[in-house]
Amino acid sequence: MSLMQEFTKGIIKENPLFRLVLGTCPALAVTTSVENGLGMGAAFTGVLLASNIAISLMRSIIPASVRIPAYVVIIASFVTMTDQLMHAFTPSLYKALGIFIPLIVVNCIILGRAEAFASRNSVLPSIMDALGMGLGFTIALGLVSAFREVLGAGSFLGIQILPESIPAILMILPPGGFITLGCLLALLNKLQKKYAW
Amino acid sequence: MTTQNDLLLVTSSPHIHSPDNVPNAMRDVLLALLPALLCGLYFFGLPALGVIVSCVVSAYVSELLCLKAMGKEVRITEQSAAVTGLLLSFCLPPALPIWMAALGSAFAIVIVKHLFGGLGQNVFNPALIGRAFLLASFPVAMTHWSKPLDGVTTATPLGILKEATGQPLPHLSELFIGTVAGSIGETSAIAILIGGCYLLYRGHIDWRTPVSFLGTVFLLTAVVGTIKGGGIQYPLFHLLSGGLLMGAFFMATDWVTTPVTKLGRILFGCGCGSLVVLIRLKGGYPEGVAYSILLMNVVTPLIDRYTKQRVFGGGQSNG
Repeated sequence: MSLMQEFTKGIIKENPLFRLVLGTCPALAVTTSVENGLGMGAAFTGVLLASNIAISLMRSIIPASVRIPAYVVIIASFVTMTDQLMHAFTPSLYKALGIFIPLIVVNCIILGRAEAFASRNSVLPSIMDALGMGLGFTIALGLVSAFREVLGAGSFLGIQILPESIPAILMILPPGGFITLGCLLALLNKLQKKYAW
Repeated sequence: MTTQNDLLLVTSSPHIHSPDNVPNAMRDVLLALLPALLCGLYFFGLPALGVIVSCVVSAYVSELLCLKAMGKEVRITEQSAAVTGLLLSFCLPPALPIWMAALGSAFAIVIVKHLFGGLGQNVFNPALIGRAFLLASFPVAMTHWSKPLDGVTTATPLGILKEATGQPLPHLSELFIGTVAGSIGETSAIAILIGGCYLLYRGHIDWRTPVSFLGTVFLLTAVVGTIKGGGIQYPLFHLLSGGLLMGAFFMATDWVTTPVTKLGRILFGCGCGSLVVLIRLKGGYPEGVAYSILLMNVVTPLIDRYTKQRVFGGGQSNG
């Protein structure tokens, strides 16, 4: 696989949320507004990029029997750094995302990429893989949160586009997250069958 | 040619034909809903008509579109979508904007019914989820109640009881006839009882569910009433107010989402009744019939599983 393919596969063909159905917990919890969704995507991409690089570099010295604890320690270090950076520079986003920033430690996409990709590939493909997966997840979060924010709050990126009385509040409550994600998954499955990606 | 083929065709059982098919059953349900419909129209007038028509039309159109989109046979004669729409409109406030009513109806048909597999496959009662969806989405419009006949804004009897605003509670006879604020088809106890009795007479519903449902509510509120010193008035008030009768006769007896065994139906009714009393007396909402039935819908497969009859001649498990 070329480097370009390593990058593009994460966006549509192996989109972590829509095709692999990983990372659904943050995808349901933080997608109440587009700003939160994209913010989560950015934080996630940063951690994934750093952890993929680190794990790829250390792949020959990590003993196979303790590789998962080793990955978790590496990922946790980067998450702690991201957490502190967001606390300092984007306090409102930090407050909105809350517990879901520390929870990136146990995000199954990041652990999955470490196990399935970074531990078996050299640094450059790992970087491309991280960027592609990060972008794919961010796009997915953006899509889910766009539907939810427009239908549930009547706004897009905080700008009110529908009159106050129209939005159905349910869409920014937990059931709205499940309904949106379920419908999008079904739609993408249908499209995938039709166009045979 | 085709006739000959038809004659030679051997289908699997049952071979005996009966008039008890889905279209006939649905027509009976519609007939049973007629008294409540007329009462709702008489008490709440044009706004109620708008809500009812938009619910039914929206349900009908959503049903057609879903069947078409999923490539299923269009069997709209089953009228089941119309029943869902009508039942939903009965538990909505009369002054609700009609586009909200239509949205709730479409939600009930598309998300709750067809995404779960269509007629006979849904886990939850579509009409009640439609109501729950609207209540969560538009809390202000969904709790705007008006008095029958003159349309003045007021609280429902259960709302008055919950908030303890000092407003006088309506007399039991008013609850019985339906001249109180409430959802379009739920205020008149007598109209619902007539419809419910018709369904019982026609054998479409089992007496066990409504009897155990209403009995549980009556018993529990009678105990509370005795402690509080409310007397017989108190349990009767609970029995006749809110959506309890409508829920017990038309929602908790839904063929799809409630247990099929006799014991299961009694358990289902008792569970619903206990939840209603719990929500009304201890919960945040004044009324809990919709949520109680939806919660019991969830445990219906479990109830069916533990109350199914042992197969005759199947032997005993302990040998």
